[in-house]
Order: sequence, then C-alpha cells, then structure tokens
Amino acid sequence: MAERPEDLNLPNAVITRIIKEALPDGVNVSKEARRAISQAASVFVLYATSCANNFAMKAKRKTLNAGDVLAAMEEMEFERFLEPLREALE
Amino acid sequence: MKMSQNNPDKDDQTSSSKKTISLPMSRVRLIMKSSPDVSSINQDALFLTTKATELFVQHLAVSSFNNGSGKETNTLSYSDLANTAEETETFHFLTDILPKKILARDYLKSLEQMQDEDGDF
Repeated sequence: MAERPEDLNLPNAVITRIIKEALPDGVNVSKEARRAISQAASVFVLYATSCANNFAMKAKRKTLNAGDVLAAMEEMEFERFLEPLREALE
Repeated sequence: MKMSQNNPDKDDQTSSSKKTISLPMSRVRLIMKSSPDVSSINQDALFLTTKATELFVQHLAVSSFNNGSGKETNTLSYSDLANTAEETETFHFLTDILPKKILARDYLKSLEQMQDEDGDF
C-alpha cells in the first residue's frame, strides 16, 4: 500500500485544538499559520527521533526507549519539556 | 502506558492535562518509522514523543504569538512563525520549512539593483 503524503502529517483538527488551547481566548490563527505549525510538528518528530536514535545506537540498542527520547529533548534544548514528560510517564 | 485520568476540575478534552494525549500515536509512529536507521520503538518512547510534540506545538504557537505583531491584531500569522524560527535558537531547525516571505516586487527590485551594480546592461 503506497503511503500518501498526508500520512506523514498530523491531523489538522487536533493541531488546531492544541494551538487554540495554548493561546489566549479569542486569538485568531490564520490557516497558513496552522498548516505551518502542523508541518513544523512533523519535522519536530523527525528531528527528535533522529536524535533519540543516536542515543540508542550509542548504547548499542536497536529499540528506542523513553530515556533516549528524554535525552533527545535535552540535546535539542527543550529542557522545559523534561518535567512534564516525566510526570506524564508516572 | 497511561490512559486518561478523570479529573473533575478540568475538561477531559483539554490536551494540557498531564497524562492525556490528543495526537494519534499511530500517526506519530508512522513519521518516526520514516526516519532512517530506526528499527523499533518502545511504547513509552512513542508516548513521550507524541506528548513532546504536543508540548512543542503549544510552545511554538505561544512563543510566536508573544514574539510577533499578533498582539495588536490578535492574530497569529505565518510571518510570526517565520520570524520566531529565525530569531529563537531552539527553533532554528525550522528555518528551512518556515522561510520568511518576501514580496515579489521587493525581490524584483533587489534583482534590478544587482544588475545595475554589475553594469552588464
């Protein structure tokens, strides 16, 4: 089964909801901005995965684990995500 | 893997709840698997990546809105995002997919200026 390009995009409705909940009430988000954020999110996944995979390979593991993802966040300078991520795992 | 918890004080649909996620993990997994050299992904890693992506979406939206001119217009626009990608180091990896836009007439003008300087015409 061929992969359609949209399969690597994240669902627009969910992305829009996350954006709206993060911004103050009543703020408008242009369609172009929503699409761009969605694409940025896909790129983020790729970048995080690549980074996490480096840690796994260094440890000679074939399976990406939670520690690799957390290490990747730190490497990418998204330390602000570390605490909420750890809490989400508990 | 944690399922969503009932929290009577918060709307269950809110994606900012600590342990729930809104983005579909199956889709995130598809994207992750498209990365070369990735063999397998454990369930916690997939969950964390999905959660991190949601945090990233929030962070990008808020940073761009605060950083940009949106406060006067009460709108988050594409240029707010492009500016933030260029100005904020942690978002530099986005500059290729969020290029700043330039008006066609400004581009043509700068082309003309380059030609004048070359003196070929």
